[in-house]
Amino acid sequence: MRVVLADYGAGNLRSVCSALARAGAEPVIAVDPEEVRSAPLAVVAGVGHAGAAAVGLGPLADALRGRAAAGRPVLGICVGMQLFFERSEEGGAGLGLLRGPVRRLRARTVPHMGWNTLDTLQPSTLLAGVDGADVYFAHSYAAEPEDEITTAVADHDGSIVAAVESGPLAGVQFHPERSGAAGARVLENALRWSRSA
Amino acid sequence: MVKKRLIACLDVAGGRVVKGVRFERLRDVGDPVELAERYSEVGVDELVFLDITASVEGREPLPALVERAAERLTIPFTVGGGIAGLEDARTLLQAGADKVAVNRAAFDDPALLTTLAAEFGSQAVVCAIDSRAGRVVTHGGRVPRESSAVDWAAAAVERGAGELLVTSIDTDGTRAGYDLELTGAIATTVAVPVIASGGAGESRHIADAFAAGAEAALVASIVHERPERVPELKAELRQAGWNLRS
Repeated sequence: MRVVLADYGAGNLRSVCSALARAGAEPVIAVDPEEVRSAPLAVVAGVGHAGAAAVGLGPLADALRGRAAAGRPVLGICVGMQLFFERSEEGGAGLGLLRGPVRRLRARTVPHMGWNTLDTLQPSTLLAGVDGADVYFAHSYAAEPEDEITTAVADHDGSIVAAVESGPLAGVQFHPERSGAAGARVLENALRWSRSA
Repeated sequence: MVKKRLIACLDVAGGRVVKGVRFERLRDVGDPVELAERYSEVGVDELVFLDITASVEGREPLPALVERAAERLTIPFTVGGGIAGLEDARTLLQAGADKVAVNRAAFDDPALLTTLAAEFGSQAVVCAIDSRAGRVVTHGGRVPRESSAVDWAAAAVERGAGELLVTSIDTDGTRAGYDLELTGAIATTVAVPVIASGGAGESRHIADAFAAGAEAALVASIVHERPERVPELKAELRQAGWNLRS
């Protein structure tokens, strides 16, 4: 299936693109809002600085909001997931599709960098088969959802939101494209989820 | 808690992995991406590609290699060696590197770390620090600089580095263990992950580095000779009570 990666200049799309192709998708990188709006699944990926990312999204922001309003699936990865929320301590406003802030981690060591264990809180299509698996995190900020949408957490001097799912939106704070077999499973699950969403 | 990491370092020159002693008697040991995949298969948690020709001969880093690595690897990797500024870093990150390691350019101009962190986030910015007898050295250890390694480590984090790769030139290549004094002094000073580098010969050395406060240990020759050593090392470390990815 066709998957469009929203290109907002944050880099690292190549890795996500390759991982999606391995999962069986036909990934395309797009800057055109119309392409982002119409794809069966849109992915907002990228490491990066949330402030720079929010600015970079530009006209793609409306396309992503339009998808969400129409119930069309969007997968957010790392900063991409953080952008779903209202605002970030790292830099300004997000898309405001999910309620809550993105805050700097209050752990002894920040960034939260490395492999950590996923603790799934409720069964979901996205996280099928990966409860207890180790996945790779690299972030200094994390979402703090106001609603009951957290589907997995990880522990790093306290609980960190590792995945959220809410209607057409799914977000993972870790990097499935860099998380070995467990990450590949999450991307395969995401394709399955988007077909049923 | 986040797991301790075992990171394999691949020295790259002219697009090939090379082995040698302090930049001398280099010999070709294979394709970087093929070797990296092999390490990934045996359980290495992360990789570093270090372009050792870059800062010696003034070569460009190798974006084409990074693109190939990004397409094939399913574990994170850092690219370092000769990154001179923002544009070099951007090229490598856009080619698919998860992080860049900046060494001399950051010491010469610490504001570079701030620029990189603002653009790409701290989690993509590794500051590589080489030390001899507790003092900063650059140019592959040949040029002593006016700073203690601990002071520079603290300043680098203040400026925006999200991780430190701390190599002791004193212990590098000895296989007698990491420089625990250096690793410990830096790890207790900063609040970002510290990667210990230089001197690993056996799992006990890695355990000692973790005990000194390192979040990760860089290994090179001990795994290059025998990649099957990786699962053994991890099993030994787990037996010693350290939490690593299985």
